[in-house]
Amino acid sequence: MFDSALSGVRLEDQLPDAKPLYTPGQARAEAERCLYCSDAPCVRACPTEIDIPTFIKKIATDNVLGAARTILKQNILGYSCARVCPVEVLCVGSCVYNDWHREPIPIGKLQRFATETALEEEARGGPRIFTPKPAGPGARRVALVGAGPASLACAAYLALEGHRPVIFEKRALPGGLNSTGVAPYKLHLADALAEVSYVLSLGVELRQGAVGEGVSPEELLQEYDAIFLGLGLGEDNRLGIPGEDGPGVYGATAFIERLKTDQSLTLNGLRRALVVGGGNTAIDVARELAQLGVPDVAMVYRRERASMSGYAHEMAQARMEGVRLVERATPLAVLRDGERVRGLRVAISGPEAGEQDLLAEGIFLAIGQSKLRAVASLFPGVTLDSRGCVVVDPISRRTGNPKVYAGGDCINGGKEVVNAVADGREAARHMIQDWPTAEAA
Amino acid sequence: MADLSIDMCGIKSPNPFWLASAPPTNSGEQVMRAFDAGWGGAVWKTLGNPIVNVSSRFGAVDYNGQKMMGFNNIELITDRPLEVNLREIAEVKKRYPKHAVIVSLMVESKQEWKDIIRRSEDTGADGLELNFGCPHGMCERGMGSAVGQEPAVLKEITSWAKEFARTPVLVKLTPNVGDILEPGYAAVDGGADGLSLINTIKSIVGVDLERMVPLPRVGQFSTNGGYCGPAVKPIALHMLAVLARDRHTNRLPISGIGGISTWRDAAEFIALGATTVQVCTAVMHYGYRIVEDMIEGLSGYLDRHGMKSVKELRGRAVGNYREWGELDLNYNVVAKINGDRCIGCQLCYIACLDGAHQCIHLPEGPCRGWHGEPDHGKHPRLEPSPVLFHRHPDPSNRQVRVPVVDERECIGCNLCALVCPVEGCIEMVEVPNNQGFESWQDRVAKGTDKVPGGLYD
Ligand SMILES: Cc1cc2nc3c(=O)[nH]c(=O)nc-3n(C[C@H](O)[C@H](O)[C@H](O)COP(=O)(O)OP(=O)(O)OC[C@H]3O[C@@H](n4cnc5c(N)ncnc54)[C@H](O)[C@@H]3O)c2cc1C
Ligand SMILES: Cc1cc2nc3c(=O)[nH]c(=O)nc-3n(C[C@H](O)[C@H](O)[C@H](O)COP(=O)(O)O)c2cc1C
Ligand code: SF4
Ligand code: SF4
Ligand code: SF4
Repeated sequence: MFDSALSGVRLEDQLPDAKPLYTPGQARAEAERCLYCSDAPCVRACPTEIDIPTFIKKIATDNVLGAARTILKQNILGYSCARVCPVEVLCVGSCVYNDWHREPIPIGKLQRFATETALEEEARGGPRIFTPKPAGPGARRVALVGAGPASLACAAYLALEGHRPVIFEKRALPGGLNSTGVAPYKLHLADALAEVSYVLSLGVELRQGAVGEGVSPEELLQEYDAIFLGLGLGEDNRLGIPGEDGPGVYGATAFIERLKTDQSLTLNGLRRALVVGGGNTAIDVARELAQLGVPDVAMVYRRERASMSGYAHEMAQARMEGVRLVERATPLAVLRDGERVRGLRVAISGPEAGEQDLLAEGIFLAIGQSKLRAVASLFPGVTLDSRGCVVVDPISRRTGNPKVYAGGDCINGGKEVVNAVADGREAARHMIQDWPTAEAA
Repeated sequence: MADLSIDMCGIKSPNPFWLASAPPTNSGEQVMRAFDAGWGGAVWKTLGNPIVNVSSRFGAVDYNGQKMMGFNNIELITDRPLEVNLREIAEVKKRYPKHAVIVSLMVESKQEWKDIIRRSEDTGADGLELNFGCPHGMCERGMGSAVGQEPAVLKEITSWAKEFARTPVLVKLTPNVGDILEPGYAAVDGGADGLSLINTIKSIVGVDLERMVPLPRVGQFSTNGGYCGPAVKPIALHMLAVLARDRHTNRLPISGIGGISTWRDAAEFIALGATTVQVCTAVMHYGYRIVEDMIEGLSGYLDRHGMKSVKELRGRAVGNYREWGELDLNYNVVAKINGDRCIGCQLCYIACLDGAHQCIHLPEGPCRGWHGEPDHGKHPRLEPSPVLFHRHPDPSNRQVRVPVVDERECIGCNLCALVCPVEGCIEMVEVPNNQGFESWQDRVAKGTDKVPGGLYD
């Protein structure tokens, strides 16, 4: 469906899967280790509450289609979640095997095996995982803003129930950060787009257009029975220091988007890279640069390592890949030789306080993303909190406007794909519940 | 180190570990490698008039990742020429004079028995084993289990063998009978010097659901086979124990067979009366090398228990195998969970809830355990058990997932301890009582055996 975007060579092609697909035998062997816990802690740790022991047992009995159904019923993006979820701090981190000091069940890899196998079979004309209810006269029309995980999940569950969701996406490619942001060694563009194609095959319509620019919010409110805002976040934040503007300084998510989608991007001449930030995006860029062969990659973080918001298991991997960490360093100025970036001047705090010049040809800013305040505010009744996040009812994900729901990064300020899916699913369920004649047909 | 050497009705071997008559004892080259690895004896793959075998031949039951917990075959007796086997047996015996070499035999007529026994004994073999057990193929020709299932025929052929044999005669029994004592008595009455059991159990190991043919598949058809391997051990132990405690059959030494894979399995067979043990499936799975651990493990066990020889272990558990009616009705255990070891899988909870007596509770969250008066299920339980929301004082504590046993309601069935994946986490603890020992038979004798709540109450 998105063949032209995938035809050429992109830098992400050089980053192989960190956790390759299991063979059926491997999957069965791991599945058979699962204890089939009652009220399993792994389920409790999953934001979409996938019935993990049930799907794992189905893999063990070779009922892979059933396993996929168990997963996708709760989490329609269970395929990308299997690959991008930080399972170490979610399901796998809660597996009872940890307490037993034994290797926990590789839930993510098993989930990938089940979903990838079943989705590929369906794509090849094999058995359907789900058959959406046909859209009858009671079908509702829902406009979804942004084609990221939150909207895709919401739209999929609406379509399965026989409603008519239409997604508006401002970018050329759908998928949100699954397509443009997630580290390629977790999920490549082609795989993210294949999952989008599956969602579209359920009866979801995708249109290109930016809401608030080409597409008017008033018209959406008039034409549709409900609106779902799955906007995600905006541009990378800037440091606001001298020398920042100009070539050689990149916003982290903008750079990753090019890595994954732009055939013209090269890293020629980049031998030393500095990544400013201590969160997961910072770690991701640093790992991607290191894996792409940049010889010296250093993260520049303003406090000490223990305060980093990035996951410890990700940081440990980064260190194994040769990424250095400069702690307690606050950027003061980007140093340039004419146009060319020469390095970053930082103020070091703590015992070895003082100024220091870190030399580099490229500087990558991963210090957060802005909030898309303007778009949300175009919908009357929708309010933002002090951080700029859309305010919703925590159960129904309804905003101050009873017709408008929201989910994903635009309500939580930036969490994980799985949280966006949970929001989208719950919003869909509550929309359906709240419509007077609940049945579509 | 404890003395492991064995004298089984005159057959001597350096240890009680023998290879059962099966593929691991197919040829001289194999048996010699087995002896080098440490096996004390070998029962040669059954000799008779050569047969043809089919392909494929084996099937297995895997369970939760464990391969071959049950094994099934439709192989017949040896398919090698008699003369080749006999020559190899003679050579093995010459090179390994201290090891036990027993020749397994299966033929039809009295003359055939006479001739094959003479030629087998001419090799210098230490004894004979009459294969009255094979439950597939050979039985259709009136041999194997067809003999083992007919006590009169079994007795007659045994007496022929005794008439012709100079070396000890072991009779290998089939488990495919209602009461193992019947063939056991027949063997004793026919004059057997010893018994071997079990041979394989008649079985169909599975079905190929794509082709609709049972397994193992031979082209478009299949047939029933013989089942063995770890899954059959409990059946073998029971039959062994029945023979070992019966006064008529326990005069004969027994070679225990069926699902033995470790020294512990072997020790259990010996404790229930076996003199030697025979192994087939475990060797087909892992090779002859497993005997090293069997020898070391058994002697370590004997040493730890102050037994100077394996003979001291023999039959030690037989006396404690009783009729149900002789068990103490006043004895009680209850489950105790060790919270420090518990990993919180709550399998004990669900098992007791759905499969036992609803007496395990959850300390936090919804709990469906029995919340009424403890009565061991004696009173009506028709209403769905009310779900109570228990509250743990500290929900962040890992103990919130440790289930709690209501010991007043626990009936001491062991189920929770059996499902618990963590060793030593659930212990079944004896509840002291001052009622003394009282069995069902005691109650019958006293006339206090009637339990209220029956048909005519
Ligand atoms: C670099 C990076 C790496 C990450 N890695 C992981 C990871 O490994 N695992 C994980 O679980 N999470 C990861 N995340 C977080 C995860 O990607 C997000 O939580 C998730 O994608 C949020 O989904 P969403 O649908 O809310 O927003 P998004 O995925 O951001 O999708 C929003 C979509 O809306 C579109 N849009 C915005 N405004 C408009 C408009 N006005 N009109 C039309 N369309 C519009 C955007 O173009 C975009 O396609 C990562 C995030 C980043 C930045
Ligand atoms: C493939 C195969 C072939 C066998 N062939 C014979 C045989 O020829 N003669 C015999 O007495 N028993 C034969 N048996 C039975 C074994 O000797 C033994 O009694 C049975 O397998 C149980 O022991 P185990 O559980 O250790 O395998 C055979 C078993 C198998 C698996
Ligand atoms: S906690 Fe682990 S063992 Fe238990 S059900 Fe979940 S994955 Fe299986
Ligand atoms: S089965 Fe064992 S480990 Fe699991 S909850 Fe019960 S006591 Fe704990
Ligand atoms: S021993 Fe049986 S009845 Fe008692 S707690 Fe365990 S499972 Fe329940």
